[in-house]
Amino acid sequence: MSALPEAAPLRRTLPRVTDRFALAGAVLIALIALAALLAPWLAPHPPDEVDPFAALRPPDAAHWFGTDAAGRDVLTRVLYGGRTSLFIAVTVLAVSATTGVLLGVVAGYAGGWVRDVIMRITDVFLAFPALLLSVALAVVLQPSVTTVIVAIAVTWWPWYARLSASMAASIATRPYVDAARCLGVPAPMIILRHVLPNSLTPVLVQVSLDGGGVILTAAALSYLGLGAQEPTAEWGLMVEQGQSLFTTNWWVVTFPGLAILLTAFAFNVLGEGLRNALDPRRIVK
Amino acid sequence: MPRYLIRRLGQALLVMAGVVALTFVITRMVPGDPAVAYAGPKATPEQLAEVRARFGLDDPLWVQLGNYVRDLVTGDWQTSLHTRRPVLEDLYHAFPASLELVGAGLVIAVVAGIPVGVLAARFRGRFPDFSVRLTSMLAVSLPVFWLALALQTVFASNLGWFPVAGEYDSALDTTSPLTLWTNITVVDALITGNWPILTSTLAHLVLPALVVAAYPAGVIAQMVRATLIEEASQDHARLERALGFRETTILTRFALRPALNPVLSLIALVFAYAIVNGFLVEAVFNWPGLGRYAVNAISSSDTPAVAGVTLLVALMYVLANLVVDLLQGVVDPRARAR
Repeated sequence: MSALPEAAPLRRTLPRVTDRFALAGAVLIALIALAALLAPWLAPHPPDEVDPFAALRPPDAAHWFGTDAAGRDVLTRVLYGGRTSLFIAVTVLAVSATTGVLLGVVAGYAGGWVRDVIMRITDVFLAFPALLLSVALAVVLQPSVTTVIVAIAVTWWPWYARLSASMAASIATRPYVDAARCLGVPAPMIILRHVLPNSLTPVLVQVSLDGGGVILTAAALSYLGLGAQEPTAEWGLMVEQGQSLFTTNWWVVTFPGLAILLTAFAFNVLGEGLRNALDPRRIVK
Repeated sequence: MPRYLIRRLGQALLVMAGVVALTFVITRMVPGDPAVAYAGPKATPEQLAEVRARFGLDDPLWVQLGNYVRDLVTGDWQTSLHTRRPVLEDLYHAFPASLELVGAGLVIAVVAGIPVGVLAARFRGRFPDFSVRLTSMLAVSLPVFWLALALQTVFASNLGWFPVAGEYDSALDTTSPLTLWTNITVVDALITGNWPILTSTLAHLVLPALVVAAYPAGVIAQMVRATLIEEASQDHARLERALGFRETTILTRFALRPALNPVLSLIALVFAYAIVNGFLVEAVFNWPGLGRYAVNAISSSDTPAVAGVTLLVALMYVLANLVVDLLQGVVDPRARAR
């Protein structure tokens, strides 16, 4: 296990996050999240409003992004799709980061056979690319947004476990941890008070980098018909439904695709910026 | 060296065992009674009992797991519900086509990603660096299925520069049939000198390979840039600068070699990712590989086929990582100590 360069504690570094990428990414994500949250007020039409007489209209003043084959407003569905995608991303990241960090910190601090057992289990899950295991799980479970969340979270936590295990292992050798141990502080307390907070910086960077990956994986699963189902507005599903119309009605596929691209891009820009700001030397995955 | 080798092999075997166990769990998670699924809803209780006995569904789970492993090792990967052929046989035909596509994509990614990364490192903090960072971030943010659809629509359907779908013009099967050696069409066509099929396959390969290349190219460029910048701040680079070498020479002649090591392990990581991303590309371009097979299996709830693909790709991933680790042990003695 290679030693990670020491990352500065979060509190001291956050104020000097002036990296332009980090800032641009944060602003972009804030705008996208705002658009998704305010969808019911921003959207020009109800999300499921079907109008057979207005099917496949090209973009115009009434429908900025045009309408789909059922005559639904594409802009409205792109806005509502953001709610689905961000909900999936936030849930997956919260669940997998919590699970992974807890297991990783325990493994890293305890060392010995505890670490070996946890890390070998982690290796097994790491052998499955996220989309692959998600496909396998989504086939045996009923396809839905929940299935997507479960499937992606199952494949995502090992990354955090591995990352925080190596952080925790190096922190466990610090004098202040030794001091706490000598004073008789119980191990769970040491982990919670000393090891955990000091291992969080790289996890934060990883979480923002992974936001893009989760959005892309979720969209891909929905595109394959394994995720959100009609009539839920979801970007991957919208691309799937419009793909046969691409040559004749480009707007049906183009706008949801651009929404996926923009959101994933925003997360990547933020992650890249944070990585630069917090620790210029670290290279993740 | 031998001890390192044995430990690493043992680790890989352990992970493979875990992968098999996990696939077993997934195949047993199918909702409903597998016996009912096989015998049909109208089966009598006696028929169901017979089916259960025949497939060992009454045995304890660990016996079932044992049987599952035995079947896998002896080459019985169950029968596809969709194609009605043994899964292993289907995979044998589909896998080479995927290798062809992913191989072409990775070659493009390496050829494009490394020079671009060097360029960014050479002009660190200036315009070329900024645009490379931006482009590579865009490349890793692209939804592959959407990129595939977009390129297909613009360059194949509308402009007609490239064929829309398939691996090669199927009419060629009658005019100049291909003799199969490796099952990889490009290689076979090259060996047997089948030029019509070779040119047709290459033309069909361009668009899907470009889509597959987008993500790895972006990651490789970022990695090369980052490692080069770190190398260029080392003592040896300072010495080279003092000796009067130009910055470009330092980067390409002295810093690039050590920087290629992490790129090597990155390619192993990206390989499995590219195969799975290739699934979506294959589905769009109707490429006859694992992905199209898997997507068809998904739409017909063909669990044995999906489990087979999952197992194959996961095992490939473990193998690729093992090979890269061992290679690095050969190349870089420091890696053996880990």
